[in-house]
Amino acid sequence: MLFTELLKMAWRSLGANKLRTFLTMLGVIIGVTSVIALVSVGMGVKKNILDNISRLGSNMLIVMPGSANRGGMRGAAGSVITLTYDDAEAIKNKIKNVSHVSPTVQGSYQVVYGHENWNTTVTGVIPEYVAIQSLELKSGLFFSEHDVDVRNRVAVIGPTVAANLFESVNPVGKKIRIGNAPYTIIGVLNSKGQSSGGQDQDDIVLIPLTTAQERLVGVTYVRSINVQVSEADKMDEVQSNIEKLLRQRHRIRTGAEDDFNVRNLTSLMEMMNSSTTMITLLLGAIAGISLIVGGVGIMNITLASVTERTREIGIRKAIGATYSNIMLQFLIESTMISVIGGIIGIGIGVVAAQAISKFGNFTTVISGLSIAASFGFALFVGIFFGMLPARKAARLDPIEALRYE
Amino acid sequence: MANVVTITGVKKLYKMGSETVAALNGVDLLIDEGEFVALMGPSGSGKSTLMNILGCLDRPTVGSYKLLGQEVSGLSDDELARIRNKTIGFVFQNFNLLPKLTSLENVALPAVYAGLGTKERLSLAMDALKKVSLEDRAQHLPGELSGGQRQRVAIARAIAMKPAILMADEPTGNLDTKSTGEIMEIFRDLHKTGSTIILVTHEPDIAQAADRQILVKDGQITMDISKGSSEVIDIV
Repeated sequence: MLFTELLKMAWRSLGANKLRTFLTMLGVIIGVTSVIALVSVGMGVKKNILDNISRLGSNMLIVMPGSANRGGMRGAAGSVITLTYDDAEAIKNKIKNVSHVSPTVQGSYQVVYGHENWNTTVTGVIPEYVAIQSLELKSGLFFSEHDVDVRNRVAVIGPTVAANLFESVNPVGKKIRIGNAPYTIIGVLNSKGQSSGGQDQDDIVLIPLTTAQERLVGVTYVRSINVQVSEADKMDEVQSNIEKLLRQRHRIRTGAEDDFNVRNLTSLMEMMNSSTTMITLLLGAIAGISLIVGGVGIMNITLASVTERTREIGIRKAIGATYSNIMLQFLIESTMISVIGGIIGIGIGVVAAQAISKFGNFTTVISGLSIAASFGFALFVGIFFGMLPARKAARLDPIEALRYE
Repeated sequence: MANVVTITGVKKLYKMGSETVAALNGVDLLIDEGEFVALMGPSGSGKSTLMNILGCLDRPTVGSYKLLGQEVSGLSDDELARIRNKTIGFVFQNFNLLPKLTSLENVALPAVYAGLGTKERLSLAMDALKKVSLEDRAQHLPGELSGGQRQRVAIARAIAMKPAILMADEPTGNLDTKSTGEIMEIFRDLHKTGSTIILVTHEPDIAQAADRQILVKDGQITMDISKGSSEVIDIV
């Protein structure tokens, strides 16, 4: 009963000085808005990075050629060409808990159909690539093991390539030229859209690995081997087995450096996850500082208001208000400012986050947790910074307060 | 008749540097139920201190103060606040109404702190406003009322909780003669209906309205005259 009266009193006294109330609230509004907007940007970055990594497939190990080390001079990673299709076959056949193995070789080529031509990345793969990359076909078929075995000149193209070379014609069955040799298109992929790095993932041409090696690029090695492990907790075991197998196959003596690298995407993901979480927390903390500044504003104004209303406090005490009555009255006022400011801030913050993603072309993620946390923090700020002025008001001596002019 | 106020050996001491100053220096006072007492004395006499102690706004340093038989000199701030809320009504020289509340809300304010429900509060407040004939000004803000009307609202607030004592501190000090007459009329009416009233004033004319005049000087009661009895208790 008394509490609802105190709420009404606080509401009226805030309403009596609307401009001042609004300006005080502004600190909280800006604080909560920036917490929500910045955290949503941080979480957007995190989501992008993690999506990118997981798009490469889950439980993935990537085997890459190592760097050259001749006479103490170390070259860049991949500067030696040591991995072969046979290595990939050996990994698949000899190591347990491996579900898919996909070696690739790549090159950039001019692709021609009729009068149209287009420069794109041509990747030599085997059929398992489809499973590992979770590709889907819009029309036609993917090439088979047989195509790989006999080095057929067949190609599967991405939608971007299809659009640029064929416009509205169905490309399946048509012949394109890649580096002077004709290839028959047997399938078109479904769109995967842009990667967050801005790469068009649909701008690709896939041909059988052996065809690419021998008929197009003219090499015997592979650029990388993607290995998908069947279970997440077997990652480390499979990784060390691959390392052992390849050292053996490449005849590397004990103590000598590997001529290849096995990268674990899960550990990369964990690392990126923790570093992007740090970035998000940092952004949130910086925004949180503005919320604290807003709280200092509340304290400042409430202190001024206590002084201004000394006489009112004296009157209230004279007619029977207790310490906690007066304390609550001022505490409710400061909390009301922070709660209303918090709600407005959440509204503006959500709109701002959506505006950033719409107009800034930047992924933002609004999480319930960041909304709840910033609202909770605003509430805490209101109570914490209202406490000092409220205690000051409640402790006033009624005789002194009544005499105050 | 029962004693409303029983004060024995009350002293109020203040430390001023190394010296101790006595604002009240041994006061004994009995006030019966239904009495109309005028408390007089020049400024600095200790009359305000005595009023603050009587009104439970302050505590004596030494001595006993029994209000309605209850010892109040040792109570906590919050306990005193509750006594002020239920047992004492204050009327001040400068009205001390809250400017943003209507007359009715001002009068109902003590009932808010007593924790009463809205209906009960408003009916108590309306009854009190009727007693000062201001029921038609219930929805006006203090700024829209004349000085005399404001003081009547303040009296209504003081009597809304039906307190045992009504304390008025120079209630006519800021009013013209006509309003003063009206206010004193209200006090006399309240007295007739049985209220115990303590009126602090330095104007002898105003003090005439009371049955009993008490003069405070240098922290002591120096004179205590009751009307109707020729007996003059000259203490000093």
